[in-house]
Amino acid sequence: MTAKKIFVHTFLLIGVIFSIFPFYWLVVMSTNETSAIFSSPPKLVFGNYFLVNYHNVMDNINFYRALFNTLFIAIASSVLQLFFNSLTGFTFSKFKFPGSKVLFYLMMATMMIPAQMLLVPQFIIIKELGWLGSYKALIIPGMASAFGIFWIRQYALAIHDDLLEAGRIDGCTKFGLYWRIALPILRPALAFLAISTFMGVWEDYLWPLIVLTDTSKFTLMLTLQQLKSVHTGDYSMVMTGTLLATIPVIAFFLLVSRQFIAGIMEGAVKS
Amino acid sequence: MGGLLKEIYKSRTLYLFISPFYILFLVFSVFPIFFSIYLSFHKWDGIGKMTSVGFNNFTYMFHDPNFWQALINNVAIWLLANGPMLVCALIIAYVINLSIVKFKGFFRIAFFLPNITAMVAVVIIFQSMFGNEYGLVNFLLVKLGLGQVAWFNSSTGVRVIIALMIAWRYLGYNAIIYLSGLQRIPKDLYEAANLDGATMFQSFTKITLPMLRSIILFTVMMSTIGGFQIFTEPQVLAGNQSPYPGSETIVLYMFREGFVYQNYGYAASVSWVLFVIIGFISVLNWKIFNKSDD
Repeated sequence: MTAKKIFVHTFLLIGVIFSIFPFYWLVVMSTNETSAIFSSPPKLVFGNYFLVNYHNVMDNINFYRALFNTLFIAIASSVLQLFFNSLTGFTFSKFKFPGSKVLFYLMMATMMIPAQMLLVPQFIIIKELGWLGSYKALIIPGMASAFGIFWIRQYALAIHDDLLEAGRIDGCTKFGLYWRIALPILRPALAFLAISTFMGVWEDYLWPLIVLTDTSKFTLMLTLQQLKSVHTGDYSMVMTGTLLATIPVIAFFLLVSRQFIAGIMEGAVKS
Repeated sequence: MGGLLKEIYKSRTLYLFISPFYILFLVFSVFPIFFSIYLSFHKWDGIGKMTSVGFNNFTYMFHDPNFWQALINNVAIWLLANGPMLVCALIIAYVINLSIVKFKGFFRIAFFLPNITAMVAVVIIFQSMFGNEYGLVNFLLVKLGLGQVAWFNSSTGVRVIIALMIAWRYLGYNAIIYLSGLQRIPKDLYEAANLDGATMFQSFTKITLPMLRSIILFTVMMSTIGGFQIFTEPQVLAGNQSPYPGSETIVLYMFREGFVYQNYGYAASVSWVLFVIIGFISVLNWKIFNKSDD
């Protein structure tokens, strides 16, 4: 070990501590009483108040209902996005038809519109459709995305035309070519898309805040915000709720981190 | 012409395949764009009649000190968060990419982990470390002999907290993006520089930075666009109260006008000004980075 090696690793470890400490702090707070944390010196080790805090959370919010709502919306959105984005992306990559270029560039241009721009009119459309307060308001507008289509198209460009030709000779319809030949090849691209859609829905806050009206339909993030606003004093309980809402994504991320990080890196190079 | 129609007819299944995106696009983007332009010249509370007000929404905005304050807050938070964060991200990526570094996979995951944490959770966690009198950060400051800071009483204090949240959440994300660019720089460039006796700093400024220009542009653009969309941080921080001093951003200002006070027409005009600001800064970024090209 040279001095340089030690220096470089120490530098990175300090960075890692900065990255990880808030998670550690989250667990510390969730396992202690609020007063222990605001005492001087503050407690920095795990306590044994987790169960008390947990029961307090459950008494104040319907955590599992919110978890179910979030999972339902996230899974429905991911499945729909996978289907529509891959079908559209595949079509753009492997077929030429009148207007295909123009339509493709038009789609790419929509990525330039910041989401917050259209908040007011989109809200009014949702209201006019009578979707205010329903899951539909969260799932349907996000059924397909320009980014997802672009992502799949880039990947689908690599599918060999011979494969598709063989499929055609075997009597595959256009949809058959997509379903039987393209989809299996696109699996890695779909995995990243599914993960990023799922995470995006999980953490989404502004749009659900606007279109959801009934607390029984609230997502985890809205429920957390509600818990925090009402019980400002009981930090340990709010942090316990936060911990419960964070653990599932962290577990999910650790399972798929390799694919996810690879996808992010690829995405940056492509854009 | 008949040929084209025939061609279109032959491709009808293909149009069907791509139609879902375009239907959504028409309903949730194209129509809203025009509707929003229309709204921005009207006064409307969402229930009653719309009244045409010409440019009044815009003149009101430009005379509203709260709007300018929101713009200042927004720029301050954006600079405070993204400037230092992007520099640190680049250094971290550079170091992880060094051949002597072990456990690269671990470092990548550890630095990336904050990015998957939802912003609402980030706000709750960070808020709990700061307080006007107590709190972990003040305890440490006192221990270090720096004295406590009444974080939530001053604009600067609140902005620093928000900037820290953003920096924490996006540091690893940007480092990963830089890393992807660094891995594409051919190794022999560095070897050649080494042979010529270049220092680590020289090879960083003469090879790494120029080779990364397009990736750096990408991250600066993304954080600019993200910076003008800051909403969750100040909103969740304040809970159901009005925002803490120095933290009302443009989107939060628009949100409050539209969804708290039901001034939909006015909120729509704010969103157009936001659009122009983001567009202007994006073009500016583009120009600056492409100028230094040659």
